[in-house]
Amino acid sequence: MAGGSGVIVVLAWRNLWRNYRRTLVMLLAIATGVWAMIFFSALMRGMTDQMVLNGLATLPGEVQIHHRDYRRDPSVANSIDAPSGELLAALQQPPVEAWAGRVRVPAVIASERDSRGVTLLGVDPDAESELGSLPEQIVQGRFLADSDDRGLVLGASLARKLDTELGKRVVIMSQDPQNDVADRGARVVGIYRARLASTEEQYVYAARNTVQGMLGIGERVSEVAVSGGDYRRVDEWAPRIAAAAGTQLEVLTWTQLDPFLGSMLAMQDGFTVIMMVIIFLVLSFGLVNTLAMAVFERVREIGLMQALGMRPSLILYQLLLESLYLLLLGLATGNLLAWLTVKPLESGIDVSGVAEGMEMMGMGTVLYPALAVEDMLMATAVVVVLGLLASLLPAWRAARLDPVRALNKT
Amino acid sequence: MSAIICKELCKTFRQGDEVITGLDRVSLAIDAGEFVCLSGPSGSGKTTLLNAMGGLDTPDSGAISVGEQRLDTMSKSALANLRLNHIGFVFQAYNLIPVLSARENVEFIMQVQGMPAAQRRALADDVLAEVGLAGMEGRLPSELSGGQQQRVAVARAIASKPRLVLADEPTANLDTHSAAQLMELFVALNEERGVTFVISTHDVRVMGYARRLIRMQDGRIVSDQAQQPQGMEPA
Repeated sequence: MAGGSGVIVVLAWRNLWRNYRRTLVMLLAIATGVWAMIFFSALMRGMTDQMVLNGLATLPGEVQIHHRDYRRDPSVANSIDAPSGELLAALQQPPVEAWAGRVRVPAVIASERDSRGVTLLGVDPDAESELGSLPEQIVQGRFLADSDDRGLVLGASLARKLDTELGKRVVIMSQDPQNDVADRGARVVGIYRARLASTEEQYVYAARNTVQGMLGIGERVSEVAVSGGDYRRVDEWAPRIAAAAGTQLEVLTWTQLDPFLGSMLAMQDGFTVIMMVIIFLVLSFGLVNTLAMAVFERVREIGLMQALGMRPSLILYQLLLESLYLLLLGLATGNLLAWLTVKPLESGIDVSGVAEGMEMMGMGTVLYPALAVEDMLMATAVVVVLGLLASLLPAWRAARLDPVRALNKT
Repeated sequence: MSAIICKELCKTFRQGDEVITGLDRVSLAIDAGEFVCLSGPSGSGKTTLLNAMGGLDTPDSGAISVGEQRLDTMSKSALANLRLNHIGFVFQAYNLIPVLSARENVEFIMQVQGMPAAQRRALADDVLAEVGLAGMEGRLPSELSGGQQQRVAVARAIASKPRLVLADEPTANLDTHSAAQLMELFVALNEERGVTFVISTHDVRVMGYARRLIRMQDGRIVSDQAQQPQGMEPA
């Protein structure tokens, strides 16, 4: 394409503006389509982020380390030593931002009126705070002061079902490693509220040392939760933790621990591509029509260029270049529009009017659109690739014109 | 040495159910440096023969050569290369590219040939001056008169120094004065550069410039005579 590439660059650009009204209308259509692609991708990404992060809040951590049999039998017998040596060194290196060892065992909690099956979490409040896994809201009393705190923190819904309240004593029971009942009485020092009632009913917080003492497991823990920032990039650093943990321990990412939650990401990516392709298909009719009209109006001119010795391939490239200019201008405008409209909304859109539905989807009442460079790149790739494919037919037909017939066209 | 050799060229066209004869066993040879006019009424086959000589159309049968190259056996791409590098075209309707200036129109072929920008720009300006359009290099076709547009088309045809120029009714849309200027330009180029000219026309004023006049009718050559050029005769 070397000989003549200069002339087709000029011709394509000038031809684009021969019918500037038509070009501007098409440009507006492409820009609107690109804006819609990116805007809805940002909304979808924001929704997915919220759903996944809310789900992760109950795991928590993007990576968890367990005894190999823990997931099959989450009893205290399958606890592990607190991290040390190589594993501890790996947990203290970036991108790991925080980690916490906790005891997590099935238990029964009994008040004076009722009893319930729960999950007892023995936690280190400071480490859990860094991990961001503490209850969202303490509505009464306080959270645990330290790892030796003797109190219990219950969910509001559980307290209601047990008909107990702040300051009252309850009994918590579980099994020790010898399968004997281990129990102790404790005072309710705090009531928390979670986004979902089921979370409030399931998790009971106690200090880690207190629970370890009750179960007689020394400093052993059920799991180590690790957080490394962006949950989407967990696969990049999880293998290093797994290597340091050795073969005796099982290191799982959140996508492995909760495949449903993991599938949300793949689903979002799939929906984003499908939505972009559908929007583009609507656009492509306009694009093909624009190019077909441009070819129809210039049949004689194309015939002349062929008569003068311009190879059909150069005519094809010229028309594709014309289409590419239009697509790139539309993309630039659409991306700019999307950036200008999404950025101010990143602080949140109030959707409390449909709060119930949002909660059912595991989301809050504020939607945070998330503008991502990869979504903008994806929109650009979809528009350029499909745009050029759609332009190929009219361009190919133009390149195949018979010069004599084209020159005689009136 | 022959610039063009046609042997038993035949070409038919379909128009609905009707078969129209474009060329009927046409044979001729045109030597390098000749100035030839093809004349005859509309539908006599002049343009069809000219298109065959330029590799724009392929005959149904027969053989045609330009220089050493057999056009009837060449691929479309090879024909495009031949037109690009060896043949200049001038059409009846000036046929300039409307979005390009006079200079850019003249540069077009050289640019497709891959000639460096400075060289082709200098050549284009020289040729435009040669056809009397100095100072109009930057004008778009819409800013030029019909005669001036045809001069740009001639400048484009000769700028890359082709061996052969094919002109199809080049004066049809020009007034007498512009037509005479154009024909004198053709004669000058033929005499000074030795470019072979084949011009189709049914304008007797144009025929007066030819040194060889070929008359066609119903796709056949009915006469082929050398003549003394007389210049523009009154219509």
